[in-house]
Amino acid sequence: MNDFLLIFRREASFDTQLTPEQLQEISKPWQDWMGGLAAQNKLVNQGNRLNSDGKVVKPNNVVTNGAYVEVKELIGGYTIIKATSLDEAAEIAKGCPILAVGGSVEVRQIISM
Amino acid sequence: MKEEPLLSNLFRTEYRKLTAVLARLFGFEHIQIAEDIVSDTFLLASETWGQNKLPENPTAWLYTVAKNKAKDHLKHNAIFTQKIVVNLKAENPTAEEIEIDLSEKNINDSQLQMMFAICQPIIPAEAQIGLALRILCGFNIAEIADAFLTNKETINKRLFRAKEKLRGNNVQIEFPGVNEINQRLETVLLTLYLLFNEGYYSISGNTNLRKDLCLEAMRLTYLLIENKPTNLPPVNALFSLMCFHASRFEARIDKNGEMIIYDEQDSSLWNEELISRGKNYLIRAAHGDLLTRYHLEAAIAYWHTIKADTAEKWENVLQLYNKLLILEYSPMAALNRTYALAKADGKEKAIIEAEKLTQLADSHIYHSLLGWLYTAIDNEKASAHLQTALKLAKSKGEKNRIVKNIKALNLDS
Repeated sequence: MNDFLLIFRREASFDTQLTPEQLQEISKPWQDWMGGLAAQNKLVNQGNRLNSDGKVVKPNNVVTNGAYVEVKELIGGYTIIKATSLDEAAEIAKGCPILAVGGSVEVRQIISM
Repeated sequence: MKEEPLLSNLFRTEYRKLTAVLARLFGFEHIQIAEDIVSDTFLLASETWGQNKLPENPTAWLYTVAKNKAKDHLKHNAIFTQKIVVNLKAENPTAEEIEIDLSEKNINDSQLQMMFAICQPIIPAEAQIGLALRILCGFNIAEIADAFLTNKETINKRLFRAKEKLRGNNVQIEFPGVNEINQRLETVLLTLYLLFNEGYYSISGNTNLRKDLCLEAMRLTYLLIENKPTNLPPVNALFSLMCFHASRFEARIDKNGEMIIYDEQDSSLWNEELISRGKNYLIRAAHGDLLTRYHLEAAIAYWHTIKADTAEKWENVLQLYNKLLILEYSPMAALNRTYALAKADGKEKAIIEAEKLTQLADSHIYHSLLGWLYTAIDNEKASAHLQTALKLAKSKGEKNRIVKNIKALNLDS
């Protein structure tokens, strides 16, 4: 078993004000997906969500607002899972709720230091 | 020795108090001497109470005799003159005037401190539970052996090794410091949780003994609640969980000692008072920012006190199991989560998830669950899973239940 980082990307224009009901509607598929992974004992770390505000620091003191100036898709969060292969990890990523709202999942094996 | 009921009742309530107080006085390294003095006291009681008249106040008699035996030991034993009396002299004017404090407060403090002394990750969980049963609950070796479905020799060895290990690590009978209380409490709570589960889920045939284990676990947890520094949210959550579970004592075991599954329990036998205490302590647990498995399991147990099969109930139970599994994986939580998923979102969705739990393929409960999920959807698969479950099941009660399900399936198809 190896650890894999799942990076969730989505359109930047996501953060509108949501009612508690809407929030719950969004959170259920995520909770069910994570709970399902944990039930298979494949969840290493549920990870975190990332705020959409961000800055990018470049050489020569160049700082730009927003992490998504050049990339259309914003990193919304990440999770660490365990799987026997990259293929299995990608198979697991197919169940991610971000796909239902037009987002994508990047799957990368973690190499321990 | 034929035990009088009075004496065996007193043994159950007083042995642990005297042992805790004397062991604290002597130090953990001499715990055996404390246990021996208390055992001798009860032996003397059984010899003299039978022949002569009962003392007017049997408890006071036991306390006086134990005190005198302890003082004699302190006076006549070289180890004590060298090691203990030196320390005691700081607090007491002379060794002859040693005060043995058997006030309620000192008894409770001694028991609490003993709890922290026993619950140490350096000894295995089952040894911690064994020691707790012996020293904190006053169970005899035969009862402990019965609870663990093993023999007295095994238990004696286990307790001896555990005490040696604690002695070797110079364990003190004292309260942990403020800074380490949360961490130390974690081990204590886990031991109390396992002690309760030993009684609640054990397949030992002795129904009364199992109930006693649960009640003792509750008594010890309640000691932590009554003591201000340990009256913390996770302790209240654990106590709440125990109350909810205990509320079903009368409903979950039939007169032959067989388990009655939740769906078939007579809910009029559920104990309303314990349910309401459970709610009360769950509210008290809802403080601070530490969410423990006890909080989540207590909340799940709360929803199970509502018999009606509502969508709200099962959606809540499902989300609580999701959180519990994200916090800490356990096979039982994985199975229960899948059951809740079927109740909340339908069997089809639950089958897809259940088929992924390949790590549980050697569990009869897993195949029973799949048997139930496939029933009325694909009865052939349901039957195959139930047959596998029957092969894997160990206890007679479990086998009977599976056979019943197979028969019901054949009648339907």
